Amino acid sequence: MANGAPPPSFPSRKGEGGAEPLLSVKNLRVSFPTHRGRVEVVKGISFSVGKERLGIVGESGSGKSMTGRSILKLIRKPGLVTADRMEFDGIDLLSQSEKQMRSIRGARISMVMQDPKFSLNPVMTVGEQIGEALVTHTRLPRREVNERIWAMLDSVRIDDPKRVAGLYPHEVSGGMGQRVMIAMMLIPEPELLIADEPTSALDVSVQAQVLDIIDDLVTTKGMGLILISHDLGLVSRYCDRILVMNSGVVVEECAAGELENASHPYTRGLLAAMPTINEQRDELPVLDRTQWAGT
Amino acid sequence: MSLEPQIALSPAPTSHRKRIWGRRVSAIAGFVVTVFLTFLGLLAITFFIGRVIPIDPVLAVVGDRATNAVYEAARVQMGLDQPLPVQFFRYVVGVFTGDLGRSVSTGRSVVEDISRFFPATLEMATIGIIIGVVVGVPLGVIAASRQGSWIDQIIRIVGLLGYSMPAFWLGLVGLALFYARLRWVGGPGRLDIFYDGLVSPVTGLLLVDSLLAGEFDIFFNAITHLILPASVLGFFSLAYIARMTRSFMLDQLNQEFVTTARVKGVPERVVIWRHAFNPIRVQLITVIGLSYAGLLEGSVMIETVFSWPGIGNYLTTALLNADMNAVLGSTLVIGAVFIFINKISDVLYRVLDPRAR
Amino acid sequence: MTSTRDWLLEDSPTSLWQANAGRAYRVFMALLRNPLSALGGVIILVLILTAIFAPWIAPFSATGQNLKARLLPPSGVNLMGTDELGRDIFSRVIYGSQITLTIVGLVALISAPLGLLVGAVAGYFGGWTDRLLMGFTDIFLSMPKLILALAFVAALGPGINNAIIAIAITSWPAYARIARAETLTIRNAEFIQAVQLQGANPLRVIVQHILPLCTSSMIVRVTLDMAGVILTAAGLGFIGLGAQPPLPEWGAMISRGRTFILDQWWVATMPGFAIIIVSLGFCFLGDGLRDVLDPKSEGK
Repeated sequence: MANGAPPPSFPSRKGEGGAEPLLSVKNLRVSFPTHRGRVEVVKGISFSVGKERLGIVGESGSGKSMTGRSILKLIRKPGLVTADRMEFDGIDLLSQSEKQMRSIRGARISMVMQDPKFSLNPVMTVGEQIGEALVTHTRLPRREVNERIWAMLDSVRIDDPKRVAGLYPHEVSGGMGQRVMIAMMLIPEPELLIADEPTSALDVSVQAQVLDIIDDLVTTKGMGLILISHDLGLVSRYCDRILVMNSGVVVEECAAGELENASHPYTRGLLAAMPTINEQRDELPVLDRTQWAGT
Repeated sequence: MSLEPQIALSPAPTSHRKRIWGRRVSAIAGFVVTVFLTFLGLLAITFFIGRVIPIDPVLAVVGDRATNAVYEAARVQMGLDQPLPVQFFRYVVGVFTGDLGRSVSTGRSVVEDISRFFPATLEMATIGIIIGVVVGVPLGVIAASRQGSWIDQIIRIVGLLGYSMPAFWLGLVGLALFYARLRWVGGPGRLDIFYDGLVSPVTGLLLVDSLLAGEFDIFFNAITHLILPASVLGFFSLAYIARMTRSFMLDQLNQEFVTTARVKGVPERVVIWRHAFNPIRVQLITVIGLSYAGLLEGSVMIETVFSWPGIGNYLTTALLNADMNAVLGSTLVIGAVFIFINKISDVLYRVLDPRAR
Repeated sequence: MTSTRDWLLEDSPTSLWQANAGRAYRVFMALLRNPLSALGGVIILVLILTAIFAPWIAPFSATGQNLKARLLPPSGVNLMGTDELGRDIFSRVIYGSQITLTIVGLVALISAPLGLLVGAVAGYFGGWTDRLLMGFTDIFLSMPKLILALAFVAALGPGINNAIIAIAITSWPAYARIARAETLTIRNAEFIQAVQLQGANPLRVIVQHILPLCTSSMIVRVTLDMAGVILTAAGLGFIGLGAQPPLPEWGAMISRGRTFILDQWWVATMPGFAIIIVSLGFCFLGDGLRDVLDPKSEGK
């Protein structure tokens, strides 16, 4: 499905076909202080993303959301992020000042958050919030900003964008809210999109639609995507490559198509627990955590 | 690929507007009813205090050496021979027709006295709340955005002092320091003695009246007298406002949409003021309203310290002279204003907040 | 030593006594971790000890006059100076702690149970009982406390007892609101239904099963309110409606010192420091208790 929007150009890597990674992370650690000293929630993970769709799967508390947030350096004190390397398009993210990070956030790396009920500002109209992302990073006349907002709302398949732009978040449904969120995050045309559980707060009936929109925009614009989810089936359907995380470490990394060859007992357990359409099992198996405990 | 039906449709705008208006009308109707009922409750309490608690209100008027005949006449004249509900009814009718009785100590009607003294209180409390808002809100925002920093600690201590320092004491210390020692401000009263009575009261607010009369000397003199008591009141109001602002802001800064704003690359200043502060504006109106009402109450103590000829001073003088009509009249007026501000900030909250429920 | 601690921190206590002691111990330890609330606790403890041992601590009598030693500035003998009748201000402040503690204690003892009862009854029965009681409570709540207390004292007559009654009358409504809110959340709990099924009458359900569950939020609120009570009492004393001379009440002492504020500043300021320290103590302790016992209600 064509959207009319031209794919953004990447002057630094034109013609290299994404062979060089957009983002590479080495030995990333995130920790928080508690009564019993610092607790690491991400324990030294490494990965890289090109212009591709990378899925990060794991149960809640596995550190996958923290991974997404630390790429944007959004972990606030007293949380602590360290890494041997965290490089985006040749820029060392770790050494960037807060001000330099601001020119990267939104403009070059963006993030779709989980629940539009909480992630949209309740007292700003949808249009204002989408426009803000654009106005922050570019100097465009007001009329052009409005045109871009409407075009963007149209590209996330919202009918009557002019009306919707004037609504407050509580006046739109969850599915529409999430499409607004996507519009807001893609309007400055970033090169990498992190989608943190983009559909888990939505009705099942609109989940696929929202993911199709993300998928469609990401591929036509030639962006990189990190899709964070607890849903192994969903990630394997929409991604090229998959990382499986469990209690802060990557336990499995493979291409989406080779998931059935996964070797780690955790991944095998997850796969076994997935129901398939014509099966006769009375009970789905329960994860047997003793097999990898202590890792 | 996108053949799923569009389930996500919000209600048509017209019916939505109607709903908003319906909500506003019902909020305002509810407001009128509760204000009326609360005011009736206030009347019941002042009635109770004035007519029921004193063992013998007649004795308080005629004195204990009065003859039986004088006593009886006074009793009938005060309507105390009637049953209590009738007395209460007469009292309510009296209040609604603007009759609060006569003050024993000034000899004038209580309504006249209060309308003469109230503007002085209003002037002081208004300057106080302006100080409180202008200083308190930014302090609260700064404290929340730098949670745990030294500035946050200082603001926290200021906030706690606002809860634990007697207003009359702070006023006295202020007088001793800024008036007696440093001579920075004017002393007690609204003006220096030789300026007194030179401006004819139009609004009763000296700052306004002196400007209207073109008497700039008097205007500046009035400011030097007003600034200290108003700042003392302002301190208590800013302590409260800063504390509440801080707590509201912390709530907002932990919200997911603030992270969204940061993800967009919005500068921190904009994150704080546009994204975190805007949603709490309506809540703050309630807090400011409550604080203003609290200042009217606090002015009772401050006026005593600064010999400020306002309603608080009138009330305390009446208290010491056992001038019950004046006491109940001023209680009623302060109470009514207090209730009104209280309830109106409540209803504003429901009318102004765009988050329809 | 360690065995006592283990006994207190036992995860599965064997008796009600052990459970209660363990809980108290945990609250106590959590309070100590926060320096400000520990400081608040120390201040209140010192206040109580001072009140009990006032005759031994105070170097002079609170009421003994010495006209030769009028209005002396603070010195080694008179730590806070003397007042216009030559009385030692430090001694009067020490004795004043007894009055403050009495006022605070009695107000808490009168208003908290009254508010608890009204709120619990309203919440438990609901319907018209609730509407009537809460309507009444709301009317009291939306009125200026200090003014109301002033009017009550004016009618009852000046004096410390009437001041206590007036303050108590104006402070119960806040407790009623809290108790009602708590009661509403537990009214339909299954253990309450179980008690009802056993045929317990409403009074028993409220007193034995609902009120105990309201106590922790009530303790927090009462502690936080104590600063306000002290200020109101001092205010009444300052105006001349509270404790009467020669009682060494702090507010009344400030009022006497008003006349001399321009030259003999210590007469009026010293009792004020006592008020501030004690009020701050209650604020600190209340803040700490809230963090430990009732973390949801931050800042309200």
